[in-house]
Amino acid sequence: MSRFSFEVLVTLKHGLADPQGKAVEEALPALGWTNVSEVRVGKHIRLTLEAPDEPAARIQVDEMAERLLSNPVIEEFRVMDVERA
Amino acid sequence: MTTPRVGVVTFPGSLDDADALRAVDVMGGDGVPLWYAEHDLRGVDAVILPGGFSYGDYLRAGAIAARASIMSEIRAFADRGGPVLGICNGFQILCEAGLLPGALIRNRSLRFVCRTIHLRVETLQTPFTEDLVPGEVLDLPVKHGEGQFVATPEQLELIENEGLVAFRYCSQAGEVDQMWNPNGSTNGVAGVRSRDGNVLGLMPHPEHAVDPDLGPTGGQALFASLLSRALARA
Repeated sequence: MSRFSFEVLVTLKHGLADPQGKAVEEALPALGWTNVSEVRVGKHIRLTLEAPDEPAARIQVDEMAERLLSNPVIEEFRVMDVERA
Repeated sequence: MTTPRVGVVTFPGSLDDADALRAVDVMGGDGVPLWYAEHDLRGVDAVILPGGFSYGDYLRAGAIAARASIMSEIRAFADRGGPVLGICNGFQILCEAGLLPGALIRNRSLRFVCRTIHLRVETLQTPFTEDLVPGEVLDLPVKHGEGQFVATPEQLELIENEGLVAFRYCSQAGEVDQMWNPNGSTNGVAGVRSRDGNVLGLMPHPEHAVDPDLGPTGGQALFASLLSRALARA
């Protein structure tokens, strides 16, 4: 068994209004940045797991992302390989 | 005469469990405390998932509580036709558990709302609304930061076509308009039911609205309806 680390990036689906992103976007001009649009706020989850090999680890991370880390009604996710811990 | 027994689940971070138990008692039922970490519904005739901030709203509101031990029993109870009511955080938990369609996200205004609202009854096909009148307007308090109801286009079509919307935010006269919508919910949805009707979730708080000394009493009719149906099961 080896240890594998992943990053899971969870974002609100396109087309779904993101009130947090909008609030951030509206705060930026106060600091002088008036050229910013389409700000979206998401979640970044980092985790390490033990698995026989990387494909097995990735299958498990995908399943965890689908069943708990993200809500498929409102969110999308992307899994990124970090390193062999 | 048998008194209907209504279980109220306490999760870590539940806030309105005591009010829900009291509302059941005030309305003539027997409130039974249930514990999230157990696999025991203590033979109750109906279950309430109360409001609050279970697990501090970590990850997503209701996400962790939806995977708590007692939820497998609640799922089985709901599958057998048992009445399950989710209020506020309880509604969020039922959506996260997949027992109700849709999801609840941050209010469009980004502000926490805490006030009395008007609610139009859209369906009588739940044990909680059977004794109401379609179009009837109830006054109930809301208090939430993440109550904006959203759903996928497929879910929304199903919800609207099959009459799964239980309540919509409205004016005192019962007209539904964005103006009366406290959180930006799609189509003014304040509550939805399952296809079988025995699972109901809503953001407003009927358990805070049963005592005339403490404000509006729009919750009485819901509890009365629930208790009479629960009695039929007892």
